[in-house]
Amino acid sequence: MTTQTVLAAAGGVSGGEQVTFWILAPLALIGAIGMVAARNAVHSALWLVLTMLCLGVFYVLQAGPFIGMVQIIVYTGAIMMLFLFVLMLVGRDASDSLIETLRGQRAAAILLGLGFAGLVGGGVYRAMEGTTAAGLTQANAEGNVQGIARLLFTKYVFAFELTSALLITAAVGAMVLAHVERRKQDKMDQIATMKARFRPGNYPGPKPGPGVFATSSSVATPARLPDGRLSERSTPDILPVRELTAQETSLKGTEK
Amino acid sequence: MNAVYLAQDPTLADFGRDPWWLVLIKIVFAFVFAVLATLLGVWFERRVVGYMQVRPGPNQVGPLGLLQTLADGLKMAFKEDILPRAADKVVFFFAPTISVICAVTALSVVPFGPMVSIFGHWTPLQVTDVSVAVLVLLACSSMGIYGIVLGGWASGSTYPLLGGLRSSAQMISYEVAMGLSIVAVFMTAGTMSTSGIVAAQGDATQLTLFGTDIPAPGWYAILLLPSFVIFFIATVGETNRAPFDLPEAESELVAGFMTEYSSLKFALFMLSEYVSMVTMSAVTTTLFLGGWRAPWPITLWEGANSGWWPMLWFFGKVIALVFVFVWLRGTLPRLRYDQFMRFGWKVLLPINLVWILVLSGLRSIEDWDTRGKLIAVGIPAGVLLLVTLLWPGRKPRPKVSVQEQVNNRPHGSFPLPPLDLQIPPSPRTRRVVAEREPANVTAGSESGEV
Repeated sequence: MTTQTVLAAAGGVSGGEQVTFWILAPLALIGAIGMVAARNAVHSALWLVLTMLCLGVFYVLQAGPFIGMVQIIVYTGAIMMLFLFVLMLVGRDASDSLIETLRGQRAAAILLGLGFAGLVGGGVYRAMEGTTAAGLTQANAEGNVQGIARLLFTKYVFAFELTSALLITAAVGAMVLAHVERRKQDKMDQIATMKARFRPGNYPGPKPGPGVFATSSSVATPARLPDGRLSERSTPDILPVRELTAQETSLKGTEK
Repeated sequence: MNAVYLAQDPTLADFGRDPWWLVLIKIVFAFVFAVLATLLGVWFERRVVGYMQVRPGPNQVGPLGLLQTLADGLKMAFKEDILPRAADKVVFFFAPTISVICAVTALSVVPFGPMVSIFGHWTPLQVTDVSVAVLVLLACSSMGIYGIVLGGWASGSTYPLLGGLRSSAQMISYEVAMGLSIVAVFMTAGTMSTSGIVAAQGDATQLTLFGTDIPAPGWYAILLLPSFVIFFIATVGETNRAPFDLPEAESELVAGFMTEYSSLKFALFMLSEYVSMVTMSAVTTTLFLGGWRAPWPITLWEGANSGWWPMLWFFGKVIALVFVFVWLRGTLPRLRYDQFMRFGWKVLLPINLVWILVLSGLRSIEDWDTRGKLIAVGIPAGVLLLVTLLWPGRKPRPKVSVQEQVNNRPHGSFPLPPLDLQIPPSPRTRRVVAEREPANVTAGSESGEV
């Protein structure tokens, strides 16, 4: 890997680099297409992970080992993992439906996408026209990490600090919006909880289970107290207390 | 032979020069090391935990039960491989593989020893090293989370999903603490390559105390003690080992993310857990315990750090760390999830940040040798430790007697039995006492023996 790095820095393309590129570039493309085409949100995220991993290896190949590893650790390891976290919380059956809600949306999206790609490609082409690659030999002279650190803490220190301030502000803002601080008096410690439990008027024992002595094991069926009354404490608050009809308690025919 | 002693520490330029067969040998060695470490590690853990719980542990298959894991592995291969109906088939299949691959790959940048001669080739005992090798380790461990999370999600049932979600939150949180404690190592060593970090821990300075020369330790476990402690705690969290084994907490989640797995896929998850435990021990050894370098009394012998001997010191340190992992499991109860997260974010992280600040402040003081810094840091740190240990805790609550508490209860409270309740002896007890033979009490009390 060291020799490849040196070669890439000098502007040459070694055989190993070419082989790696031609293996990983199609994979990266497949990942990108799969991400758009996948029906399931988690599969889509996994395709994106594949693309990001390939990009990370490309960075390493092009004499930027630090940025390559950071790409894998930060983007693939942390940010995509948070995406997955949210997607899993949403539920595994959250597949997209293929019914278009907006008429002509797909055609418009393809058209706009092509236009955008053309604009970006054209811009990059015009910008790179006539420039010759200088290579990273000079920048990596005292080591890749040291070179990045020098630039980051001298020339670009203001932009760097500003970006981090922006991110911290965003994070703190999200926390302020989402976090509910309870007052100190409202927090119940174990002693207070126990005192409340044994206060007069509160029954300290466990609640009767729903469906006990009832015709059904449904959560909606209240328990019967020894004197025959129905106990409201046995059912969740959102469910009304009722007795199921005979038709409701009969088997639904779902068993095999 | 003189050159042998001069060129012990491999540098980055020594890598990438091996012929293909040597690279293959090294890779196969690292892989075999991982698998063998798992086989012996499971046996070691069961024996040690057995010893701690005063029972023999596995002792039937092979000498001292050494082949027990092999027998278990063979049995597992012949078990039925169950694929749940609700599972996402492709992801369910790939998840254990991701786990294992990431755990084994991390071993490729761990230095096992110095430069040695293999079939006439002068080469370092390490598969490869890059200028960002420690970041490769971090990348491997962060990709390893995918195996667990995807395994939990793809199983298509509740407990595995909860285990997977827990593990993703847990490992991301502890990776932050881990990364920050490595920062201190980078700052002190001035490099991110593993072989460079081992080399940087080698140059010990001489401390002159009371007229005798004592080699001051170069290990970062001593120089950067807070980082070492935090790093090790974070590795326990990162490898999902007790007391941080929340993703597979059997009393809450059955077996967590691996509930639906069976047969060889389950074996792969077990393999990855043990391989990552060994890998993390190896990484801790490399970063903080001087890697393959011999500890102090052995260094008096000149050849301790050359040739193949260092591999022995390295394995010794790794086994010691694995023992600590097992010891933790045998000693500590599992943390509750909120305690665990609070510990990571509100304790480990701030301590780490403050420590890095202190360290960079120390480093910016020029004209001050390592010894002076060691003493200047060591004494206040010791005093601080003592003060925190002896600092009085919360103000003691005013003592209220039980009788007062009972009297203070509001009217109509739940009835309590009287506090001075005398329980009459059961008639059955009396009968048992009467039927027993009278004890021999003639010798005891008067002879004065205790």
